[in-house]
Amino acid sequence: MVSLIGSKIERKEDKKFLTGKGRYTADINLVNQTYAYFVRSPHARAKILNVNITKASKSPGVVKIFTGEEIASEKIGGLIAGWKIVSQDGKDMKVPNHPPLAKHAVNYVGDHVAIVIAETLEQAKNAAELVDVSYKIHKAVVNTADAMQSEAIYEGIDQNLCFDFILGDKRKTEDSFSSADKIVKLDLRNNRLIPNAMEPRACIGDYNSSSDELTLYTTSQNPHLSRLVLSAFGGIHPEHKFRVVAPDVGGGFGSKIYAYAEDAVAAWASKKIERPVKWVAERSESFLSDCHGRDHITHVELAIKNDGKIIGLKVDTIANIGAYASLFATVTPTYLYAPLILGLYDIPTAFINVKAVFTNTAPVDAYRGAGRPEATYLIERIVHKAANEIGMDQAEFRRKNFIKKFPHQQCLVHNIDSGDYVAHLDKALEISDYKNFENRKSESAKKGKLRGLGFSTYIEACGIAPSAVVMSIGCGVGLWESAEVRFNATGNVTVFSGAHSHGQGHDTTFAQIVGDRLGVPMESIDVVHGDTDKGPFGMGTYGSRSLAVGGSAIAKACDKIIEKGKKVAAHMLEGKPEDIDFKDGDFILKNSNKKKTIAEVAFACYLPGQFGEIKSPLPPGVEPGLKETSFYDPVNFSFPAGTHICEVEVDQNTGETQVVKYTAVDDFGTIINPMIVEGQVHGGIAQGIGQALYENGHYDESGQLITASYMDYTMPRADNFPQIKVDYTTTPATSNPLGSKGCGEAGAIASPPAVMNAVIDAIGADVSMPATAEKVWNAIKKNDYKKSAA
Amino acid sequence: MANVNIKINGKKISKEISDNILLSDFLRDKLLLTGTHIGCDTSQCGACVVHLNGNSVKSCTTLVADCDGCEVTTIEGLSSNGKMHVMQESFKKHHGLQCGFCTPGMVMSAIDLLQKNKNPNEQEIRDWLEGNICRCTGYQNIVAAVKDAASKM
Repeated sequence: MVSLIGSKIERKEDKKFLTGKGRYTADINLVNQTYAYFVRSPHARAKILNVNITKASKSPGVVKIFTGEEIASEKIGGLIAGWKIVSQDGKDMKVPNHPPLAKHAVNYVGDHVAIVIAETLEQAKNAAELVDVSYKIHKAVVNTADAMQSEAIYEGIDQNLCFDFILGDKRKTEDSFSSADKIVKLDLRNNRLIPNAMEPRACIGDYNSSSDELTLYTTSQNPHLSRLVLSAFGGIHPEHKFRVVAPDVGGGFGSKIYAYAEDAVAAWASKKIERPVKWVAERSESFLSDCHGRDHITHVELAIKNDGKIIGLKVDTIANIGAYASLFATVTPTYLYAPLILGLYDIPTAFINVKAVFTNTAPVDAYRGAGRPEATYLIERIVHKAANEIGMDQAEFRRKNFIKKFPHQQCLVHNIDSGDYVAHLDKALEISDYKNFENRKSESAKKGKLRGLGFSTYIEACGIAPSAVVMSIGCGVGLWESAEVRFNATGNVTVFSGAHSHGQGHDTTFAQIVGDRLGVPMESIDVVHGDTDKGPFGMGTYGSRSLAVGGSAIAKACDKIIEKGKKVAAHMLEGKPEDIDFKDGDFILKNSNKKKTIAEVAFACYLPGQFGEIKSPLPPGVEPGLKETSFYDPVNFSFPAGTHICEVEVDQNTGETQVVKYTAVDDFGTIINPMIVEGQVHGGIAQGIGQALYENGHYDESGQLITASYMDYTMPRADNFPQIKVDYTTTPATSNPLGSKGCGEAGAIASPPAVMNAVIDAIGADVSMPATAEKVWNAIKKNDYKKSAA
Repeated sequence: MANVNIKINGKKISKEISDNILLSDFLRDKLLLTGTHIGCDTSQCGACVVHLNGNSVKSCTTLVADCDGCEVTTIEGLSSNGKMHVMQESFKKHHGLQCGFCTPGMVMSAIDLLQKNKNPNEQEIRDWLEGNICRCTGYQNIVAAVKDAASKM
């Protein structure tokens, strides 16, 4: 039997999407449904003096209008930050209350002021125009760099400082800098990104007053966690009477991890009016109110010896977390960031300081890679600079500093279980034809183009995350994952997963794991997720965790099925359980030709009684049924790593940069479906190239989001990319039974520095992300000027 | 209000409509053909692309009132007798979709490309699809799917 693990199998879920049968939240319409439209703040920072809904309430079709007043009077809780960070002075982070509808003040453009509910969407929009809000406008705090020096947005949060976090050994790091031959310095900006999953957020609250059950359909990456947050902290409805359904979800990239104000308000409003309340974001609302990503400014210094050995690293970062601390906003620029700045290098000491600041901008939270792209960007940029400054080849400088023995305890946090960094570097050098780069550069020069090459050798911490570790450092939940594998009496299998698929192809990959483990054909396996009423509580999909954690839970549940199956088969075959082997779907009695298929055993489990002359197939003490659950908690993070090499051509006359060659060699541990993995890598790289060359979330001085539509925010298009070459090396993870490390974020983590190093190599000057034509053109001119002046 | 007669996916439809209703909303809300998606509000993303008299159009900027006497094909109208269109099969084979949200518009645009250019090269495919945004795939497998479909159509 050919193993399903490692097989390129076409996706089970594709047909529905290709034929228009996908069922996204906006596609759902309920009987007696109403339509909601949110009145949002047009100001970045203002006191709410008065909200007058008298005129709006009389507008045709209006069912009800709620403001922050009602939300507050019903004691509906605020949206929470789920991870407590402690500052270097030992004090807990400071976070403002984040009510789902603002009562006293609005803190970013797009902040929620009122919900208008009407019989049609048009009526809701028309009435929203009539909601009369009086504001007292205050000067907005917008810039990441200036936030600490600006007026405090919230009373009691001095300097707009959420926390002042440190990691590492300060004295030892200072010492390493004293003994350095060379200190390399760099100031970097990690640009604000707007996630832009193609499906705008949407939700429907549906309260059934007869059963007192509340259902929320929502565009979520983790419906179970949303239910927990809305129930435990929002007080929207008791968890056992609250069902959250995330049906087909059109991309997430982190932006759909969180329970949003709209979810809380639509669910609550449905209870109040006892009718379904449907809300679908317009794209401009998504731009304004989806959580954004990145937005750091950083000063980094690297201490090196003349032979190229890195001996120390110092980092000062200011991270903009926007107006409120969103669910994972505080862990993203700390534990998902600081430890990873070491990259895959053996750096003996480091000291990292991260100050997180509030500003009057949309909340910033985890976006594909979450902290790890920011970390990788800065280590890979400064490594590039360091190699240049001491005149070493980029590949050799990296090779010299790679971690080479495993397991490796890094000087900050992580204990890296496995890897072979030289292997993916060498493979990438070969595939990218590194040795002939100078020839290609000459060819480009003949066309008047500047050609540059950039490296990114990266590591990430995925499989998020071991509960014992994360809860000890402030996480409010354990990040295990659940699975239930249910054999039906007729021999087919239903698999329930607490993870959620919104493009990752879980229906297929998870079925491959079950098919491989239990010897059941793919077509007899159905994977169910995204509904809190089906299957056990789960933690959802983010941090490249679905396979390493969720897949491992499935594998463990399968193993329990086999264990029970052996007892039953032994009884049926008149042997002992320890004498039963399981292979390719058959339970075989050792040293005999007697066997039972797993389907026969499953059937027997559901028919346990004596039937005429046929005695019961179940041994005494074994319960009927064949269904097993596993809650799998990993022992460690997993550490995917790889080498990406990018080549760009820059048009000197226009500054326009084109990625012309891109090679990715990644080590994701065991790969279940290479076709799906390759797709994940492509998509991640496209997002990373987007960050490096095109995308930028920009607020003006008054806090207006200037880039709030596809006319203004540059989404990467099909004609922006060359063919990307993807290959792998493999060292299995030792932290989970599948040996998988995770692949969802790698492309977005690795690619921005690869692209930027290539741009800088091409033009011989520094430039910040996104390297737009204008910026690159100016950098070239400035550099030429400097050269001619010298 | 106006009365329109439209043939949608081969079926004649006669409906009283308001003058300002967009084809995208009409398909989704009135006919429950929710395969046509709305991904933006500036006619940029292409998730709503359908065929109007055989040509690809963004249904979010097409007034139903202008479609009287026209033929419209949506993603739901591509399969025949349960068999997917060559382009749909090709997207599946080459993993040209992930979350599936942009997919209907992408498929409809790609089919129109091959109607106008039977054997496009890679750059022509990428240029044509410039009006369809995909956030998941990085486009590479979509391009591969279109190339493969071109060899079969």
